[in-house]
Amino acid sequence: MTATGKYLRIGLGVAVIAALIIVPMNFNRYGLYILSQWAVMTIAAMGLNLTLGYAGQVSLAQGAFVGIGAYAAAIMTTQGGMPLIAALGVAIVLCFAIGWILGYPALRVQHHYLAFVTLAFSTLAFLVFRNEDWLTKGIYGISNIPRPNVMGFATNRPLPFYYFCLGSLGIVSLAMWWLIRSPWGRAFVALRENPVRALSLGIDTRRYTLMAFAIGSALGGVAGTLYAPLTQYIDPVPFNLSLSLDLLMMVIVGGSGFFFGPFLGAMIAVLLPEWLRFTQGYYLMLYAVAVMLLLIYSPTGILGILDRYLTERRTKAASALRAVAKSRLETAP
Amino acid sequence: MSNLLDLLVAGLATGAIYALVAVGFTLLWQTSQTINFAQGEFVMLPAFLMLAVMHVGAPFWLAILIGILLSLLLLGLGFKLLLVDPMLRHGVLPLAIATMALAIGMKEAVKQFFSAEASPFPSIVPAGDVSILGRVVSLQSLGVLALAIAVVIGLTMLLNRTSIGHQMQATAQNPTVARIIGVPVERMILMTFLINAFLVALASLLITPIYLAKFSSGEVLGQAAFIAAIVGGFNQVRGAIAGGLLIGVVDNLAAAYVSTQYRAAVPLILLIVIILFRPQGLLGRPEERTV
Repeated sequence: MTATGKYLRIGLGVAVIAALIIVPMNFNRYGLYILSQWAVMTIAAMGLNLTLGYAGQVSLAQGAFVGIGAYAAAIMTTQGGMPLIAALGVAIVLCFAIGWILGYPALRVQHHYLAFVTLAFSTLAFLVFRNEDWLTKGIYGISNIPRPNVMGFATNRPLPFYYFCLGSLGIVSLAMWWLIRSPWGRAFVALRENPVRALSLGIDTRRYTLMAFAIGSALGGVAGTLYAPLTQYIDPVPFNLSLSLDLLMMVIVGGSGFFFGPFLGAMIAVLLPEWLRFTQGYYLMLYAVAVMLLLIYSPTGILGILDRYLTERRTKAASALRAVAKSRLETAP
Repeated sequence: MSNLLDLLVAGLATGAIYALVAVGFTLLWQTSQTINFAQGEFVMLPAFLMLAVMHVGAPFWLAILIGILLSLLLLGLGFKLLLVDPMLRHGVLPLAIATMALAIGMKEAVKQFFSAEASPFPSIVPAGDVSILGRVVSLQSLGVLALAIAVVIGLTMLLNRTSIGHQMQATAQNPTVARIIGVPVERMILMTFLINAFLVALASLLITPIYLAKFSSGEVLGQAAFIAAIVGGFNQVRGAIAGGLLIGVVDNLAAAYVSTQYRAAVPLILLIVIILFRPQGLLGRPEERTV
């Protein structure tokens, strides 16, 4: 990569972050709600991207982990009167542990079978949310979920809460950026690309498979603990199987295995239906058609298109350089 | 005891319908590595196509005929040419995701263009009860069971006794070798898509009178067929049939003996246990792991 390219990237990053902070300042309540939702869903999708995009394990249970996190936050902050940060800790530990256990089938069977196990888990979790009234209040749901105080600032109003979500997204992004560049992250990719080779290089594939699954699930839990105070009311319906499918779609549509894939995927899944709202009842249909067309055109998602374009340009530039060098050699006496 | 027998018959009847859907599901997987997440919606749609034709004024039998033809065209040919063919070379996952999007699209389309409410649907089996060996059994359950069994037998005959069936099996087992020995692989794959479209149309015809025609009814059905296919054996037609019947019976028994709240959990737990201890399914053969 050239130095200008690097500065260009940093500049673009700063501009996007600044826009995310400044532009929503005069958004109305609903616009901020949607943007906050985007931040929350991006965190969940990032977790799934780690499991799927980097470690290559298909999970259809991410929505269930969001649900577990959301219920942990809702129950602890309303009935227990505890701060959200405590709920966050519980959600992370709980989702990590369940993810670890759920990852065990991944060691025995792979590919589509793991998808089936996680699909079953997802529906089972939904049944528990719906039926265990004593804990989750069943179909009546939990209301009046308080929003947290962050370092003395109340986040009751939409704008501060949006900044709270955005800040959480920032922290998670930094952690993820560090993780995928750490030896662990490289081990995850090795696992996806060639498990046998990874094993022969001395990577404990069993442990790393479980680890990728558990960390991805824990991020689902983090997203859930933000989701509960965002909506301030939760019932089982949003956490059924279709949330897991939606999250999977976000990761694939954005570009699985790309760092910024989940950001784009969540943007399309959360914002595109809103922009298409002027088409009234047709917006979900158009969304479905758009996803199918995109996948037909580029199965590696939106960032796949960009990646293809950049690679092509680089190859062209390289072959141009080669041609120049060759012609010089030929013309040289 | 008498109650148990009723439950068994009802369970077998729904199970037979699940089996039809699950067989189509495994056929698609075997010949073209398509995990069709829209399979439930594929069952939901034909009933609406038939209702639409009846709205124009056609009699029921004509509506059935046109409905089946339309499903062959849309869910068989159209699905293969427009979605599966362009995506097949990109691997299993993107195609599976695309079928999820297709499921959303189909549900929304029916909701928009038809109705968000459940519509009644006429039954091809007359209502009423018959008594067999002193037991009263609903005619509808028996009719569904008989029809589904007839279709399954017909399909098994087609696959095992005819030349086309053998060619389809060869395509499923090893497309490269099948092509070398002169099997028209492409045509055989298209054939399985048409068979799947026919099976879902039939399942739609049989199950909609029981559960009404609703845009969202595919969700439960698709999942049941999915579980049936895995429990029975993902790579075997007879496995899917056994799985379908088993899930139908287990589902009905669980509703009566476990709890109505957790009836849906029983097949799922069965699924997890099967995957953990016998991942190839009850009747399936182990798949070689590709490394």
